[in-house]
Amino acid sequence: MDTNTEDQVGASRTATISRDHRETVGNVRVDDPRIRCNGINVYYGTNHAVHNVNLDIGKNEIIALIGPSGCGKTTFLRCLNRMNDTIPGCRVEGEILMDGQNINDKEVDVVPLRARVGIVFQKPNPFPKSVFENVAFGPRIHGLARDKTELEEIVVSSLKKAGLWEEVKDRLEEPGTGLSGGQQQRLCIARAIAVQPEVILMDEPCSALDPIATAKIEQLMAELRENYSICIVTHNMQQAARVAVRTAFFHLGDLIEVGETTQIFTKPRHELTEDYVTGRFG
Amino acid sequence: MNNRLGAQSGNTAPRNPRMPIEIIQAGLRKRHAAEFRFRLYGLVAITLGLLSLGTLFFTIFSQAYTAFEQTQIKLDLFVDAQLLDPDGRQDPEILLSADYGAIVKAGIGKLFPEVESRRDQRALKALVSQGATYKLREMVMQNPGVIGKTLTLWVPADDDVDMLMKGHTDRKEPEATRRLKDNQLAWLDRLQRDGRLEKRFNMDFFTQGDSREPEIAGIWGGVVGSLYTLALTLVFSFPLGVAAAVYLEEFAPQNRWTDLIEVNINNLAAVPSIVFGLLGLAVFINFFGLPRSVPLVGSMVLTLMVLPTIIIASRSALKSVPPSIREGALGIGASPLQAVTMHVLPLAMPGMLTGAIISMAHALGETAPLLMIGMVAFIVDIPKGTLDPAAVLPVQIFLWADSPERAFVERTSAAIVVLLGFLVTMNALAVILRKRFERRW
Repeated sequence: MDTNTEDQVGASRTATISRDHRETVGNVRVDDPRIRCNGINVYYGTNHAVHNVNLDIGKNEIIALIGPSGCGKTTFLRCLNRMNDTIPGCRVEGEILMDGQNINDKEVDVVPLRARVGIVFQKPNPFPKSVFENVAFGPRIHGLARDKTELEEIVVSSLKKAGLWEEVKDRLEEPGTGLSGGQQQRLCIARAIAVQPEVILMDEPCSALDPIATAKIEQLMAELRENYSICIVTHNMQQAARVAVRTAFFHLGDLIEVGETTQIFTKPRHELTEDYVTGRFG
Repeated sequence: MNNRLGAQSGNTAPRNPRMPIEIIQAGLRKRHAAEFRFRLYGLVAITLGLLSLGTLFFTIFSQAYTAFEQTQIKLDLFVDAQLLDPDGRQDPEILLSADYGAIVKAGIGKLFPEVESRRDQRALKALVSQGATYKLREMVMQNPGVIGKTLTLWVPADDDVDMLMKGHTDRKEPEATRRLKDNQLAWLDRLQRDGRLEKRFNMDFFTQGDSREPEIAGIWGGVVGSLYTLALTLVFSFPLGVAAAVYLEEFAPQNRWTDLIEVNINNLAAVPSIVFGLLGLAVFINFFGLPRSVPLVGSMVLTLMVLPTIIIASRSALKSVPPSIREGALGIGASPLQAVTMHVLPLAMPGMLTGAIISMAHALGETAPLLMIGMVAFIVDIPKGTLDPAAVLPVQIFLWADSPERAFVERTSAAIVVLLGFLVTMNALAVILRKRFERRW
């Protein structure tokens, strides 16, 4: 009985939110998409968190998702490798196409998907194991290395790509949790790229780091762009302006505007975007 | 309060509003006093706890230590071939049923040739424990070569003699109410003068099974029974408990069924242990027809009893692993099972082990459910397997505490000391294991 009334209330609330759904300004499509999202809706129980979002993520591009807290940008990001599956009561509707396959289909196995679409979280979360084991974990579970030397090669090259090798080459057997915050986050990036993904999702990767560590990660992103597509959620508009090719602005679950980063920050077409990038709210 | 004070002093000028720092200063005294009282309560509680623990240990140890010594009598026993093995074939069956009592009787009789009447001879023989006969038989059975020779042996004295030697019975009591009569006391004094009567280390207590004779009753049967029971309990309950906890915590969907299961597990943890004994009796013994009094059934009953505790402890250990670890593993494509076995379980292991070892300590001290499945039987033989009838330590303590002989009092305490020793060892093991697992970060 109780749940019924709750459902009804939730349904009416959803209806009111849906009514003032806003159309996205700007071109959400790119010519050569790595991931194409069509009509993504996300619900947490009865709460409609992301409303009908269409967005492409191009090959070798960095796309930044910006917007005020609670706008659904992280939720949207986590759809792209089905991390939302781990949240009880979370439901994702819509089509996420990768090489013509809808990866939002329940039939699709998330294990290979997450190997192709890696993720770096807001808070550095290295495993409480050695630096080496942290990076070796991915290749090991996926069986990417045939023997120990190959595994070592993968670990070393991943650490080099993540710009961490010089700092940890003498401490590979020390716990990853003993590194500094910025080093831990780069270790997590190394861990993600060790399985050679095609896309790397980053959920506010620098929000827990100091400016120097942030600069290192931003520089790293620019280098990684050559081989990967990167989708980054950030609160820091300067960061978006510095690293992203395209920027998408979210507000209250709607994708308001998408465009070239320079255009978004200099000539925003939507009023809300302008208010946000000029710091009038957020 | 302030107003009233102001009115009393007759001060009509507008009151100076007090500065916040003054108010804080004024209240400080009260705060410090409260803090001091709180610390005092804590100290009192801890002191009371330590005192009662100290009293417990003192009473137990002061009663127990005498049990580690046993009065023994040195006898020269002529192993008479005529009596034991008239045919000279050393046939084990004949040797087993021969009259060893007669040899012991002759042995002590030889020391007191003046004792002639049958009644006095019986009184003399009563100074030596029945255990002497068993000991001699065991020696002959093991090595028939001693037949026809004279053995000089220290054999256990009767428990009444033991109690006298340890000062637990009073010589000055009137003879009528005394267990040892005047003539027996005189013989004992003579034995002591000859150096044939003394307290020696009580090896039998640690190597023998239970007996109706306190002087030869030992704890080893209970220890072995407890070890078998506990080992099996651990084997049954730990994997089951951990598997259940991992499934409920990491894989099971959150719905009414899992809620129901959770509530029931929590309720099971509060069920009186004797109920599990009844369940074991009904299911394992009556329905499945497993034998009574055996460690296998005992451990199954104890498994049922400790499972809820292990599941609850394991679940809270799993809950305490930060979700970011799971996300990190899942985010690079680990399957849920890989995430759990390679990252979550190792981190939760110290907590799980602590829960398991506390449960094992609980199971080690448990008596009630075992009574229901017949592990309270009087069992002399040391169990040789998990399907042999056995007693466990706490039940052994219960049985001895229930026995009328004075000599069982100190043995009960000594058995408690052994049990406590086990518990301390197990807890130490828990600490060591936890430290080892924690060192792997």
